[in-house]
Amino acid sequence: MTALPVISARRRRTDLFARGVFAALTLVAIVPLVLIIYYILDKGLGAISWHFLSTDPTGNFLGDPGGVKSAILGTLEIVLIATALAVPIGIGVALYLVEFGRGTVLGGVVRYFVDVLTGVPSIVFGLFIYTGLVVTHTLGSFAGWKGAVALALLMLPVVTRSAEVVLILVPDSLREAALALGAPRWRVVARVVLPSALTGLITGGLLAVARAAGETAPLIFTMGSTLPTNFDPFKQMNSLPVQIFNDVGQAQDRLVTRAWGAALTLVAMILILTLIARTLARRSRLT
Amino acid sequence: MTGDGFAASQTAAAAGEHGLSRSPQTRRPLVAQAPSASARPTKAARRVRLEGLDAYYGDNHALRGLDLEFEPNKVTAIIGPSGCGKSTMIRCINRMHEEIPGARAEGKVCLDQVDVYDPSVNVVAVRRAIGMVFQKPNPFPTMSIFDNVASGIRLSGASRADLRDRVERALRGAGLWDEVKDRLAEPGIGLSGGQQQRLCIARTMAVDPEVLLMDEPCSALDPIATLKVEELLADLKQRVTVVLVTHNMQQAARVADSTAFLLDGELVEVGATDEMFTQPKDSRTEDYVTGKFG
Repeated sequence: MTALPVISARRRRTDLFARGVFAALTLVAIVPLVLIIYYILDKGLGAISWHFLSTDPTGNFLGDPGGVKSAILGTLEIVLIATALAVPIGIGVALYLVEFGRGTVLGGVVRYFVDVLTGVPSIVFGLFIYTGLVVTHTLGSFAGWKGAVALALLMLPVVTRSAEVVLILVPDSLREAALALGAPRWRVVARVVLPSALTGLITGGLLAVARAAGETAPLIFTMGSTLPTNFDPFKQMNSLPVQIFNDVGQAQDRLVTRAWGAALTLVAMILILTLIARTLARRSRLT
Repeated sequence: MTGDGFAASQTAAAAGEHGLSRSPQTRRPLVAQAPSASARPTKAARRVRLEGLDAYYGDNHALRGLDLEFEPNKVTAIIGPSGCGKSTMIRCINRMHEEIPGARAEGKVCLDQVDVYDPSVNVVAVRRAIGMVFQKPNPFPTMSIFDNVASGIRLSGASRADLRDRVERALRGAGLWDEVKDRLAEPGIGLSGGQQQRLCIARTMAVDPEVLLMDEPCSALDPIATLKVEELLADLKQRVTVVLVTHNMQQAARVADSTAFLLDGELVEVGATDEMFTQPKDSRTEDYVTGKFG
């Protein structure tokens, strides 16, 4: 019987050292995350109450400053409009790239520009809408729908890229099976490809929503802000990120506290969305 | 010029007759030819003839001037080593070859008199007339057993009046009805591999094709499931012309009426199956069927 070589002491030490290094790096990465969550909870939890969630900010210098109701509802509405704009277009672009534009010059160009768009800072989208729609007074000055367009531009590349990945994952054998049955191309896409990719498409859409919901920069220049609850997207609207942005610079502690509370509310909303997306993604992987 | 025009109109007329034309009147031949749900005439199996068929993947010349004929109501097996062009050839028959980017085919594939590559022919109608079963079972994962069989009818936009009957008939035809009749609503991918492949056969036959192409349909199946599919072929050829690509020579010997041997994109020999295996004319065929290479 041949003896198996024993692991040398040097290898043991190297192994231990390497494990230590990676554990330390992981800790370094986690520390800020934990601190952020800790601070938000620590400073924000005190602000949260039914009153906080159910009243509009009053704007009074003295007395009750009010809550963030208009900001929550504004964010929900704006993100909903942005989703309605970005998701169909994004999935449409992805369908073109995967189903029709494979190997074409246009497909390559589009994919490249979608990549470029992914890296554009969010403030640039805000400025783009500001100069394009606000300064020109297109249908009024600052307005909710302009903020929604800015967010939609931000979401578009995220939706497109995630949808493209999901659509590529639909096996070609399914497309071939449908084509060989005598289905026209559009029916193959509508009845076989899209249903097969559905959960993935929803997940991608929700992740884009989560990303857009927290953006401040595209909104400041585009939809302004207002205190009372306003559902009319053609007027100025309030939103959580802008509310935080405004409150945090105020001289009064209670307004800063309200900013923390709003931040916690926003994080909780995004967390819930992400959890939904995760659950859907896991379910799709099981089938 | 006039001559060309005449020839073209001749072909177009022939195409119309066979319901393969692009023109709106005959766009959906299977519906037009199905007068009522119950008394639908069984369609005749058609003769398939390849004339000077060349196929390319980009610059790769995969098929070289193939001339070959497939008799109606017969099973013709295509044998040959990997990469000889078997799959390419049958994908040319229902024009699935051109779905691969950079792939193209030249020459004629005639369904009786109609060249399926004629510009006046609607490719969707070609695929409805020439069904195909693939190497790996590929039921639609989002659909139930019932919906999988119905999918061909639905996807082609055909009449749905007698959908249930047609699905049942197709499943019976694929020898699957008794196994699945109590769980038609369950997902198709929940079936075993062999059942999935028979489900795909049912799906293809539900569209009522005239020709059935099978691209190594048993290569992913175990011997018992293979046997079931092979037994099916005897029934299926009563209704359609069967072209069976196989890398399994025993399978060709068991089920095929005639056998064609391809090598490097060319037809080496075609003939009655027992002759091909007992007294082949070409020495390359002999070497292949006796296992000297491949």
